[in-house]
Amino acid sequence: MIRAHVLICGGTGCTSSGSNAIQQAFAENIEKCGLTEEVKVVQTGCFGLCALGPVVIVHPDGTFYSRVEADDVKEIVSEHLLKGRIVERLVYNDTGAETPVDGNVSLNDTAFYKTQNRVVLRNCGVIDPESIDEYIAMDGYAALGKVLTEMTPDDVIKTITDSGLRGRGGGGFPTGRKWALTAPNKAPQKYVVCNADEGDPGAFMDRSVLEGDPHCLVEAMTIAGYAIGATQGFVYVRAEYPIAVARLQIAIDQAREYGLLGKNIFGSGFDFDLHIRLGAGAFVCGEETALMTSIEGNRGEPRPRPPYPAIKGLFGMPTVENNVETFANVPQIILRGAEWFASMGTEKSKGTKVFALGGKIKNTGLVEIPMGTTLREIIDDIGGGIPNGKNFKAAQTGGPSGGCIPASLIDTPVDYDNLTAIGCMMGSGGLIVMDEDTCMVDMAKFFLEFTVDESCGKCTPCRVGTKRLLEKLDKITQGKGTLEDIDELEALCYYIKENSLCGLGQTAPNPVLSTLKFFRDEYVAHVVDKKCPAGVCKDLLTYVIDQDKCIGCGMCAKACPASAITRTEYVAPGHKLASFAIDADKCVKCGACVGTCKFKAISKQ
Amino acid sequence: MKTLAELQAIKDKMQGKVSLREGSGEKRVVVGMATCGIAAGARPVLNAFVEQVNEQGLAGSVTVTQTGCIGICQYEPVVEVFEAGQEKVTYVKMTADKVARVVEEHLKGGTPVAEFTIGNYKA
Repeated sequence: MIRAHVLICGGTGCTSSGSNAIQQAFAENIEKCGLTEEVKVVQTGCFGLCALGPVVIVHPDGTFYSRVEADDVKEIVSEHLLKGRIVERLVYNDTGAETPVDGNVSLNDTAFYKTQNRVVLRNCGVIDPESIDEYIAMDGYAALGKVLTEMTPDDVIKTITDSGLRGRGGGGFPTGRKWALTAPNKAPQKYVVCNADEGDPGAFMDRSVLEGDPHCLVEAMTIAGYAIGATQGFVYVRAEYPIAVARLQIAIDQAREYGLLGKNIFGSGFDFDLHIRLGAGAFVCGEETALMTSIEGNRGEPRPRPPYPAIKGLFGMPTVENNVETFANVPQIILRGAEWFASMGTEKSKGTKVFALGGKIKNTGLVEIPMGTTLREIIDDIGGGIPNGKNFKAAQTGGPSGGCIPASLIDTPVDYDNLTAIGCMMGSGGLIVMDEDTCMVDMAKFFLEFTVDESCGKCTPCRVGTKRLLEKLDKITQGKGTLEDIDELEALCYYIKENSLCGLGQTAPNPVLSTLKFFRDEYVAHVVDKKCPAGVCKDLLTYVIDQDKCIGCGMCAKACPASAITRTEYVAPGHKLASFAIDADKCVKCGACVGTCKFKAISKQ
Repeated sequence: MKTLAELQAIKDKMQGKVSLREGSGEKRVVVGMATCGIAAGARPVLNAFVEQVNEQGLAGSVTVTQTGCIGICQYEPVVEVFEAGQEKVTYVKMTADKVARVVEEHLKGGTPVAEFTIGNYKA
């Protein structure tokens, strides 16, 4: 009889930090201690705290071990599983201190989890994603059963509409309305498509759902098929998500075996089947029309809308396309009702949102919170604040299509409309935190480099316009810009926004526009003062040694890869050796010298 | 699978196996499993609790877990039962045979088995 479960994170983050070896070690040690009949080891999806991986949870106590290494496993097995003594040195210390905790810390007691409300991620890190039975134990496929036996397609659409669910992929279009627009269209074949082409740098919520709870997507897409009268579904997922693809395929195979996909599901006469289509990782294929073109076997380029996919989508047939997170909400809405879902969130943004927290923040990982939570709560309470005592400067949401939220707006409740109002965008949920050491012009440049790379080239405003934007930003960060450049930059942004064919181009200037809006003074400092206030843009930096602080030890000169640091003839008062100085012409601005100076004599200006 | 009943059957079968992870049991049965406890025979006691709690369908409300030495090694195997709002009950010198009565009378019935508790031994 099993009395304890060891849950090991098998998400991409923890897998890359070695969770497979840990699982192997648990299996061996458990056998060695004769606990095979008493302890079960389960590989789950992502727990969310990727920064602390590999993560191991031991139930029934819920003990939360972080940064476990294969060598630690023997101790966990012989102490905790055999003798009931928690290995305190490995238990996650919620206070952020590096010291071991006293006693047990359950996952659910940590500040990181306590404030979260897990709907989409409810099974991630709880069940074995490769076991359909465990999914069923967590009410899996009950929503599908309810839909097929008790509800008409119109009932389903009404429930989704009433819940207020909006698309989680970026635009925030009401899901119920999308389904309602597709359902009445008569056609020999209709399609349900899942957009799992998650392309924003730093965003990985869809991947986590696919890896941690793939059956949820299978169930939701089948429900959508019933609602709109489609019998065929496609999941378009990028090939660089190998774990997600493998687990989704296992889920589809298991569902077919159980008759939850295929002909006459639950004896209702409804048929539905699902296939995976792999994408090559082009950002533009996350745009819905480009995605469908790619599934059709053509080069992934967007096409003009209208006609919208509801009328003429995949293979010219009426199609509903939603992203992974949107679908993941559907079974819960069916089971728990539209009112339950609508009770969470703000007036026009219902439910929860998953964010991928990244950048300058302690708890890098995935969090799911009700819409309307303020940025301050996300960063300070859940994210654990900014490391190294630095100050918060801005948060970037929506990746290359989004904008930034400056520190002055940190108390903004995060929902679709508030973010749009400040020139930002919910996007798919990437949230990158920046501290005072981030240059906003450089950040805008980073995203522009991304969109220039990823522009498909079909329309001129995007293909040529973004390239010109990037050139202007380059000029500014090199200190060669003028005030006119800033004005031209802004005008070009609006031109690209208005004239591009698809969402990629229309939103590409957003990082520039929003940094111009909130951090225009930084742009001005680059062109007028020829300074980068954050000290990032290399061309505008000089490293200087304070001659009076320098004791002449020469550590910096040893570290300099360009031999730019040499001894002067000046001996500061009170010092015995002559000080060093940096030759600005030779300096490559790598910053290697700064860390070597124990006397803090080197600074960048 | 063609019916909801079949789905429900799988759910019922599996639920006991995953409920362990919810850790929301109102009652916690904690078995002392340090060296002293194991030497005195705590393992069969622990296993008996796990089995019988599941057999009796109490898995949703009772969490069975283990702890280290609590310092009364001469009374091992020691089993403590915690319940919110109730005083802790400490059973001592437990055996697998005694477990059935604790499950039946205490965990199910709500009345601690006084003759197995530490108070009885000290008296």
